[in-house]
Amino acid sequence: MMTAAYNKMEMMICTAARFLEDGTTVAVGTGAPCAAAMLAQKVNAPNLVIIFEAGGLAPLLPQMPISVGDSRTFFRGIMAAGMNEMMTTCCRGMVDYAFLGGAQIDKFGNINSTVIGDYHKPKVRFPGSGGANDFASFCWQTMIIAVHNQTRFVEKVDFITSPGYLTGPGSRETAGLPAGTGPYKIITDLAVMGFHPESKEMMVESIHQGVELQDVLQNTGFRPIISESVKTTPPPSDTEIKILREEVDPCKYIIGRK
Amino acid sequence: MNIIEEGESPLFMDPDPDNARRFFRGKPRAMTDKRMTEKESVDKFIPDGCYLAIGGFGANRIPTAILHEILRARRRNLGFLGHTSTHDFQLLCAGNCLKKVDVAYIIGLEARGLSPNARRVMESGDVEVCEWTNYALCVRLRAAAEGVSFGIARNMLGTDTLKMSGAKVIECPFTGKPFVALPAVWPDVAVIHVHESDIYGNCHIRGISVADLELARAAKRVIITAERLVDGYAIRINPTRTVIPFYLVDAVVEVPFGSYPGNMAYEYFSDEEHLAQWLKAEKDPGEFQKFLDKYIYNVSSFEEYLELCGGIKKLKELRKLEALVDK
Repeated sequence: MMTAAYNKMEMMICTAARFLEDGTTVAVGTGAPCAAAMLAQKVNAPNLVIIFEAGGLAPLLPQMPISVGDSRTFFRGIMAAGMNEMMTTCCRGMVDYAFLGGAQIDKFGNINSTVIGDYHKPKVRFPGSGGANDFASFCWQTMIIAVHNQTRFVEKVDFITSPGYLTGPGSRETAGLPAGTGPYKIITDLAVMGFHPESKEMMVESIHQGVELQDVLQNTGFRPIISESVKTTPPPSDTEIKILREEVDPCKYIIGRK
Repeated sequence: MNIIEEGESPLFMDPDPDNARRFFRGKPRAMTDKRMTEKESVDKFIPDGCYLAIGGFGANRIPTAILHEILRARRRNLGFLGHTSTHDFQLLCAGNCLKKVDVAYIIGLEARGLSPNARRVMESGDVEVCEWTNYALCVRLRAAAEGVSFGIARNMLGTDTLKMSGAKVIECPFTGKPFVALPAVWPDVAVIHVHESDIYGNCHIRGISVADLELARAAKRVIITAERLVDGYAIRINPTRTVIPFYLVDAVVEVPFGSYPGNMAYEYFSDEEHLAQWLKAEKDPGEFQKFLDKYIYNVSSFEEYLELCGGIKKLKELRKLEALVDK
């Protein structure tokens, strides 16, 4: 059967959606993560519970929210609570996944969304943590959706806003972060990366169709580990693409982004 | 107590609960008519140099009318609790009102992008900052509401967010594990937009409360702006719905469509067109000044601003969007 043509954003969203298991909880932000969670609900995880940090719990999302606190995030929801309720649910260990983004990501999955350059004289100031550090600290498995390039994937981030595996194995626990948490998958427009079970360094697990390993390496600012069993990422199915385009993002807010 | 690590940024507010209690001892408890205008409330409760917190979530259920009034009053050197801020922060930066900011989320406008002007202001080095996270600021407000000097959490650990904060890592006396001690913050004044209030400040909020329940209980002064005023009986007939009781509140200002151009749950959606105009105008500082004159400085009231932005016709459209009438 012919596979539908799809763009990079659609590839990332469909791939991310497949990592969300049914009957779990996920904290999402706006944009691609929200689209991935909505798609997962309609394809592989009908009982996925979507959590928004401002207080929205399990909405029947009528459209893509613009803000994690707008009224769509609790439209026909189970509960319209507040930040304390949602964040303490993460603190208790009841939120399985979080989706984050960032200006810089290093080989241990540490994320920078605060400053580029010196902190006191920043070249560029970004928003800061928002709820990202909280999610990366408390949720069991953190995922990142990001476009793959050398500016983003760097050897060392200028500022650790949200914790990945910090400086390597055991460092999260030593710092006092809850045991058993940390980055899980990085989904880019070129590949899917996980983390080596021992060294906790970023590891290329699968490469998207039409992409060469060389492309991944050239667009990564450090040398990632290459899994011995590196695969080709399964492309989106016709069903996934159809649902994504017709039901999840009919206005192309996200999938229309260049 | 064993302090394992501490952030290097200064605390902007005193974390001593006994000083806060002394203030709250003198706070009036009488159930009196607290109605006033936007201007009166800013004159009375938001002086230059005070530490301000805004309710809602950036461009959702925000007290836009008071923010405009703060700009028109040319307030300077304000401290600011920058949790979940977007359009509110954009406004305060536009007015050059800020001196110190506790940062969790600033400059950004979520899916709308980043504010070029707020970025200029924050990259200028003129504003002192201290880093936190959304939950950290929520915990700091909760500690203040509880009348203790700090709250405990397990976020920020191991990161530069902690290094550039005013938090301290302490050893748990029970388990020996490291935890973050987050100092209580009692803002001088909080401004919160709600769906309904009576003249005394008993409030109803529909939808998510964000961090406003904690904020209303932590702030020394609270200004409420309300979509509509209701009779006291509307409160007493269903006390379960009261989320902010009158004794926390110092001013009640009736502002229909008061969260515009932001979203107000069950009332009206955000005006994305107008918010996009902000972003466009901010790109050129000269253009931006003209834009601010047109929409804020040369405007005498919030009603006039609503008229300028399309008036009742526009607001009807936003109500239909919110209710998904045509979907």
